Amino acid sequence: MLNLITQRVVLSLVTLLIVSVIIFVSTEVLPGDVATAILGREASPARLAALREQLGLDRPAFDRYLEWLGGALRGEFGMSLARRNTAVGQLIAERLRNTVLLSAVAAAIGLPLSLALGVIAGLLRDRVPDVLISTIALIGMSLPEFVIGSVLILTFGVLWALLPAVTVVPPDAPLDVLLPNLVLPAVTLIIVMVAYILRMVRSSLIEALASDYVQMATLKGLSRPRVVLLHALPNALLPTINAVALTVAWLIGGVVVVETVFNFPGIGRLMVTAVEDRDLPLVQALGLLGAALYIAINLGADLLTLWLSPRLRARLLQM
Amino acid sequence: MDATIIARYTTDGSSLREVWRTFRHSTAALLGAIILVLHLVVALAAPLLAPHSPTAINPELALAAPSWEHPFGNDRFGRDLLSRVLPGGRIALAISLAGAALSVVLGGFVGVMFGYVGGLADEAAMRIVDALISIPGLLLLLVIVTGLGSGYAVILLAMVLSYAPGVARVARAAAHEFVPRDFITAARARGESPLTVVMRELWPNVLDVLLVEFAMRASWIALAVSGLSFLGFGVNPPTPDWGLMIAENRSMLALAPWGVVFPILAIGSLVVALNLVADGIARALGLDRSR
Amino acid sequence: MNVPLLHVADLTIGYRTRDGMVRPVVRDVSLTIARGERLGIVGESGCGKSTLALALLGYLRPGGLVLGGVVRFDGLDLLRLAPPALQRLRGGRIALVPQNAGQSLTPSMPVGAQVAEVLAVHRGLGPASARARAVELLAGVRLPAPQLLARRYPHELSGGQQQRVAIAMALASEPELLVLDEPTTGLDVTTQAHVLDLLDDIGERTGAAMVYVSHDLGVIARASDRLAVMYAGEIVEGGSTRDLFAEQRHPYTRGLLTSALRLDRPVLPQAMPGQPPAPGFHGSGCAFAPRCAFADPICVAAPPALEVIGGDRLVRCHHWRRAATAETIELDPRPRHTRVNGAAPLIELHDVSVTYARRGTVAFLRRALGNPDPPPTVQAITLTLRRGATLALVGESGSGKSTIARAIAGLQPLHSGGLRLGGANLALPVQRRPVDMRRRVQLVFQNPDASLNPRHTVGEILERPQRLFFGLTRAECRTRSIALLEQMRLGAHYLDRFPGQLSGGEKQRVAIARAFAAEPEIILCDEVVSALDVSVQAAVLNLLAELQAERGVSYLFISHDLAVVRAIADQVAVLYQGRLCEIGSVAQVYTPPFHPYTASLLAAAPILTPGRRARAFDRDETPGGPPARGCPFYHRCPRRIEPACAVEDPPWRMVDEHHAIRCHLSLDQLAEPVAATPLSIALGETR
Repeated sequence: MLNLITQRVVLSLVTLLIVSVIIFVSTEVLPGDVATAILGREASPARLAALREQLGLDRPAFDRYLEWLGGALRGEFGMSLARRNTAVGQLIAERLRNTVLLSAVAAAIGLPLSLALGVIAGLLRDRVPDVLISTIALIGMSLPEFVIGSVLILTFGVLWALLPAVTVVPPDAPLDVLLPNLVLPAVTLIIVMVAYILRMVRSSLIEALASDYVQMATLKGLSRPRVVLLHALPNALLPTINAVALTVAWLIGGVVVVETVFNFPGIGRLMVTAVEDRDLPLVQALGLLGAALYIAINLGADLLTLWLSPRLRARLLQM
Repeated sequence: MDATIIARYTTDGSSLREVWRTFRHSTAALLGAIILVLHLVVALAAPLLAPHSPTAINPELALAAPSWEHPFGNDRFGRDLLSRVLPGGRIALAISLAGAALSVVLGGFVGVMFGYVGGLADEAAMRIVDALISIPGLLLLLVIVTGLGSGYAVILLAMVLSYAPGVARVARAAAHEFVPRDFITAARARGESPLTVVMRELWPNVLDVLLVEFAMRASWIALAVSGLSFLGFGVNPPTPDWGLMIAENRSMLALAPWGVVFPILAIGSLVVALNLVADGIARALGLDRSR
Repeated sequence: MNVPLLHVADLTIGYRTRDGMVRPVVRDVSLTIARGERLGIVGESGCGKSTLALALLGYLRPGGLVLGGVVRFDGLDLLRLAPPALQRLRGGRIALVPQNAGQSLTPSMPVGAQVAEVLAVHRGLGPASARARAVELLAGVRLPAPQLLARRYPHELSGGQQQRVAIAMALASEPELLVLDEPTTGLDVTTQAHVLDLLDDIGERTGAAMVYVSHDLGVIARASDRLAVMYAGEIVEGGSTRDLFAEQRHPYTRGLLTSALRLDRPVLPQAMPGQPPAPGFHGSGCAFAPRCAFADPICVAAPPALEVIGGDRLVRCHHWRRAATAETIELDPRPRHTRVNGAAPLIELHDVSVTYARRGTVAFLRRALGNPDPPPTVQAITLTLRRGATLALVGESGSGKSTIARAIAGLQPLHSGGLRLGGANLALPVQRRPVDMRRRVQLVFQNPDASLNPRHTVGEILERPQRLFFGLTRAECRTRSIALLEQMRLGAHYLDRFPGQLSGGEKQRVAIARAFAAEPEIILCDEVVSALDVSVQAAVLNLLAELQAERGVSYLFISHDLAVVRAIADQVAVLYQGRLCEIGSVAQVYTPPFHPYTASLLAAAPILTPGRRARAFDRDETPGGPPARGCPFYHRCPRRIEPACAVEDPPWRMVDEHHAIRCHLSLDQLAEPVAATPLSIALGETR
């Protein structure tokens, strides 16, 4: 079993390495002249030259990559180009707490909610509760987060003025000040997340309920609740673990838009600012961080699935 | 057993006509298809349909409510919203359809090819695929846009890089279902080359799944493009685009909600339509057992 | 006065199809089962027997509708009973042994818990006592190490073990009625014999009534006292099993028994024309009319009613009197030339072994760490297949017969040994074989659903080998394809059909046509009739025999079915765990002396004579993989010699020039009659 874990961990690290290459190549190799990409075509040759020197662009790409990677492993991502004298790491650290809080709250509410709704929809398939839930899920999936966010702002921030429409607190504000600003962004994230996950749970449950073993359990004279809880659900929920991981990973991207809509001081908002400013080191760092998070979550989901599924474990152990 | 035998005898899964018939029976799927066609028609014919110029500024009409002259009202520059909403989906639609098509073709081919061949090549390819999937969509888009600017070609490239790997994974799984079947063994026993086996034997069987993927990814790409425009990295003003319009007009949300409401309805209806069509295709092809 | 335990009256069940219509799959079925009785329900695919079996528990699959009739269990109307009452009955007083145990056991729950569940719910046992009793039940179905096995998950068990768990689960609450839906499908012949033995035992011990639903005539003959034959959703004939097997009144039943392959008759029987109708598509008159030799306009216009014709005999036929008195056609045994010895060798295998062991880093490390390689999957195979002859490879699952076929086809590399085709070296992977060599060796597979590309038309499927091997134009291919189809008794209109529109038998014929399209010299037939209905098997085998006589093609015929092999093969090689046990002509192998494995296969093979029980001859154990040395049959052999059989490879004993047996026992010892099995008696009569 330990063998399996090591295998998965190694694979994840390899993936992360390839990700770092992709990020580096997209930002520093593909554009051709990075300095022009950052400063724009109208920039003076003097400024371009200065920037090139600052970024060390005269050195071969491979060396720069290694240097960047080495720094990343140590947690040093260089200095921000837009905000002079601020280390990229510091910019991120200031805002990381906020985003983590937002995501955690969204996940903590969203996951159990989508599970519950998905199970209800699956059990009561094609009946009124399912039709209602499925339709709302469809709409939730089809409207972009910024749309949902804007609607929420309109309803709760402007028309009813219950909650702050837009956040105006600084990134390092104390929690009690931050919290009210968290609500609407979290709700937005929850709506989209629940829409995706509940559909997956629903179809997984419907498939399990149509299986031969559930039929057999029914024919053994077991009560319906027992059949669903002990026979159908455990087998239906297992494949959803990976789906959940995928959606949580989506969260990492969704957070970007949502924070922008609400001007929430997290790393998502920071990413947008970084791209606007063409702040290369910051963009690279955030890209890598996001990917690392996704990989870590997926690894966790993988291992959880393996631990919970005796069949997968057995098959993989034979390899 | 009997029920499945009945199912087999009443549908000929390979006939396009049969698939269309089942598709037609579902009101939801049909509705989606109609809306989709409407969107396509409007996007193509927008210059003919728009009553006014989408970029003409009329300062005196700024934030005007909907009227006979301007059924959707005006934005803060006084531009006619109807004339902006009609063509507002063109870029998103074009990129989503092209992006989804490219993703499905490229990703599908890679997935099926490596799914069949297996071995070291498969392992290596899947590492790269996994790496691309591991960068959350929007982040990858933003990273690429940082490096390459935000032209439409770049956005298309970024979308394909973002979504094709997912298709590759799905196609590979689908291929794995068919590879152990005897008709593949029969082809191998004839000495057919791997490319022939992939294109002649596997590809037609995987098309079903790819069709569903196409519709689904088109919906995701449409969302992503409008999201990019919203953030300011997609379509550039003054070109009308729904995501951009929402971004522009949302500060006036309380005073003039029509500037936001109509683009929202437009995007929402497009994506809902794509989703319904995707569900409908899946059901018609017998892939979605949860209906 | 014995009140029947189960009483079904005029039961009609239909399914709603995708186009919204309701198609009946069970029509006007009436039957009764008394306490302790054993009833068999026999029919082919699509006849509605599975739906009927589930209805006996008051259960309908999703989409199923009761269109009429009742199912009464001890006076209770099952189809209209409230759920709580139904739940008490199911698993309690009526239990089901499902068809595919592997898929009917919940993957996430250990098997012991699934058995204990029944006890907890129906007998009110507490967790500890339920677990203990579950272990007892597992022991009662002869599962090894029941304590440990109870904690395993379903996927960790073999097919036979899974089936026994399902039986234990069904017996847990000591039901009064046991419904068995194809209880031995998919199991090896010897395992099947053990399971049937076990069920007999249980029947005697508990006095439960049993309903056996099966397409397998041998199982029905052995396990039931009374019998109902189903066709297109109706019962077409009923009566005592003995009577029915002796003399049939309905043309379908007669056709079924005549066309069934029998172990004690080494002939290819005449096939019934046509195939069973799809469920719900049976037309207005008698459902069997399209295939019936006695049909006339009355039959097509009006459906016959079920008549009682003396005692407990029932027939549903307008003309049963005529059918009953018609003469049975005696068939001449298929002429078998001495092709065995005369013709030139076509395929020669010399000491071939094949292994699936991994190459590469894993294997290298394993060897480096001192662990020996696992024994080859297939070892020391020496066989000769001659021109125009049929060599059968007989064995159960794991016997390596498919592996040998794949090696001959070039899909699996040889580990060692020689392989020749007409003198030329054949031991090349298929990509490296010259095109003409590939053409000469063709394959037909077991599963007709999987062997044709569902997205290609029949025309495209037949065209490919012709274009590939002969470079013909499309028009030329079409002409030849039509000729091929006609030889297969399929019309030219099949060219534009997709496999999904064809029945199993039709698909298999297309697969055979595809093989013949290349004009091969040898066809590897891998279990080609095993997945087909009984009434269709004879037709396909007749076709193969005809084509062989016409074209002089050789067959390597792989099968686990001894009756089929006896009818079609010239030479037989018996395999166990990838090693040869016995080889000789058909006549020689099917008469003593037998290798102990051959003997157990023959003893276990179902006979179509009711009351004569096929016995399990070997020990009831699940084998592991092939051994590194010693006899592979050691663990199960009832005649093993310690320690020789475990450690030494057995020698070849030559019975005569062409018949050899590989065993430590001497020929005299092997020739001693073992248990007087019904087959040995039967074979003795026909020698």
